[in-house]
Amino acid sequence: MERDETVMLIGQGVKSPWYVGNTAQGLLARFGARRVIDTPVSENAMTGAAVGAALAGMRPIVEHPRMDFMLYAIDPIVNEAANWFYMNGGKLPVPAVIWGVINRGGEQGAQHSQALHALFAHIPGLKVVMPATPADAKGLMVAAVQDNNPVVFIDDRWLYGLEEVVPEEFYSIPLGKGVIRRQGSDVTIVAVSYMVREALKAAEELAQHGIEAEIIDPRTVKPLDFDLIHKSLQKTGRLVVADGGWKTCGVAAEIAALAAEKAFSCLRAPVLRVTLPDLPAPASRTLEAAYYPVSADIVTAVNRLVKPCHEEGMLLHRVSYAAQ
Amino acid sequence: MTYSRKLLEDLYATMLRIRISEEGFVEPILNREIRCPVHLCSGEEAIAAGVCSVLEKDDYIFGNHRSHGHYLAKGGGLKEMVAEVFCRETGCSRGRGGSMHLIDPSCGMLGSAPIVGGTISMALGAAMSAWVRGTRQVAVSFFGDGATGEGTLAESLNFAALKKLPIVFVCENNLYSTHLCIDEIRVSRNIYKMALPFGEKGHRIDGNDVLKVYEHAKQAVELCRNGEGPVFLECLTYRQRGHVGPDDNVQGTHTDIRPAAEIKRWLKKDPIKRLEKYLLQQGGFSSQDLQQIRAVIDTEVSEAFDFARQSPFPAKEELSNYVFAQ
Ligand SMILES: Cc1ncc(C[n+]2csc(CCOP(=O)(O)OP(=O)(O)O)c2C)c(N)n1
Repeated sequence: MERDETVMLIGQGVKSPWYVGNTAQGLLARFGARRVIDTPVSENAMTGAAVGAALAGMRPIVEHPRMDFMLYAIDPIVNEAANWFYMNGGKLPVPAVIWGVINRGGEQGAQHSQALHALFAHIPGLKVVMPATPADAKGLMVAAVQDNNPVVFIDDRWLYGLEEVVPEEFYSIPLGKGVIRRQGSDVTIVAVSYMVREALKAAEELAQHGIEAEIIDPRTVKPLDFDLIHKSLQKTGRLVVADGGWKTCGVAAEIAALAAEKAFSCLRAPVLRVTLPDLPAPASRTLEAAYYPVSADIVTAVNRLVKPCHEEGMLLHRVSYAAQ
Repeated sequence: MTYSRKLLEDLYATMLRIRISEEGFVEPILNREIRCPVHLCSGEEAIAAGVCSVLEKDDYIFGNHRSHGHYLAKGGGLKEMVAEVFCRETGCSRGRGGSMHLIDPSCGMLGSAPIVGGTISMALGAAMSAWVRGTRQVAVSFFGDGATGEGTLAESLNFAALKKLPIVFVCENNLYSTHLCIDEIRVSRNIYKMALPFGEKGHRIDGNDVLKVYEHAKQAVELCRNGEGPVFLECLTYRQRGHVGPDDNVQGTHTDIRPAAEIKRWLKKDPIKRLEKYLLQQGGFSSQDLQQIRAVIDTEVSEAFDFARQSPFPAKEELSNYVFAQ
């Protein structure tokens, strides 16, 4: 915001001392009430306004403290922002960032827990960014703001407790470039956003049993850095995808499909997904414990791949195919 | 105006039942026995009690994130409500919903949900169903001043007026939407006037005066039953506790965002104390009468809390129940 006067922040709770994990604290005092705007509960209008402001020369960031609330804004995001540049024949871009936070758990129930990134990744014209570390959150936000397209930037609230040294200087991380979080040779784990943490825990446990997992954090769900995943698969031949969204038609499904399409010859085992089951989020803590995937689920999935049993009918075929 | 002893006693008992159970949640929230977000309605009881007292069992209501009072006032079970806040299998939503999802079709409570404004159009639909079937049922939509920012309210007001649907829009204006005072989210404080351009009747009421709420609600519901709805009631009130949880401000920070003098002023307008005064001075009740009513409710509430605490959590094997109806 210091570098570019067209950048502004608009959203619910940006002036509150307790909303959104303090992400906007101090901004109002620094940049004033025209560039930092706390809004009424009006997601549709505020997101549409961000899109309109983007068309009129601003670079707005519109913040939704729970992405469930963003569904009121699905029209300005999906119908308008995503299509606009294409509809006007490439004349007028929409450089808006739509920032949503996944805020699940704590017995909050179905309407305060939804991880809807796959929904947005499905829409042509939208980019979808999901940082997994504090340093990435900064670099990716800068890139998202600089990008000339509507970018849906999704934070997982469960990451807000992470502490890490974040470089002071101004930097950006290109959208569409993943990163290897851990090197390994036995299995590739592609983990999205918060699931990177669970994957790192899983990898430690697996290492104690002599299994070296390579962890890839794609950083952006769309565009997706499949090249990085592909290279890793050439080394490991096995893929587990860990994503905090639902299974059916989800991001893990997309990555698995890409693996089948583009890296079939590398695969020595079926691709496994560790995701939410296809159910609304329950409130009760007993059900939440069964609902949210954790590192143990990733360990189980990896074990299924590295200790193959003969029930996996296709497995032998794939092994021989890969050996050719 | 004179009121029957039965009515006065019912209103008082309903408000007390709400207050005592709400205050009962404070301790277990603080010691983390209850973990789901709980939005207490202490101070706002007169609206739920007054409005629901004029409804029949087969009338419909929809609430929002702050709906313990709506649920109890409409005849929802105290045990089932408390157990739901504790997220137990015996709760009205079987522990799947928690405090913000109190649903009980048997008493006409078709739902409450925290998406601000999210249930307004559903109440519209319940009213539409009565209109289509030609019954004399009425639907009530409870929402806060914060919900007036959502477009769905304007859409619902228009359609309700267009078809003369039997719906009462009840705005519980407690002057705050989370951390924002009403002046930071609206230019006009006169929320009830929102209904007027749509051709609806709109009124502002002192929402801490249960008798006023009762009278206006009675009129509104009668108009609806006679095909002369919809009606919009703005009820001025104030929450005595924080937006979420028991803090007198905002949970977690202990930074008071509401002026202390303002809170104090409103505590003096406590709706229950106000009714007590009326009952003693003009209603023909003695203080023993009131104590007796309170004692019964104290027992009821403590039984409900025991029931909730002794109830099991849902079994994890049943995680995938209720995704689809059979
Ligand atoms: C669509 C949506 N946007 C934002 C929120 C966050 N939120 C929860 S309650 C609330 C304020 C509601 O204020 P009001 O309607 O006045 O009800 P009150 O809490 O004062 O009873 C907000 C903004 C939400 N739950 N849903």
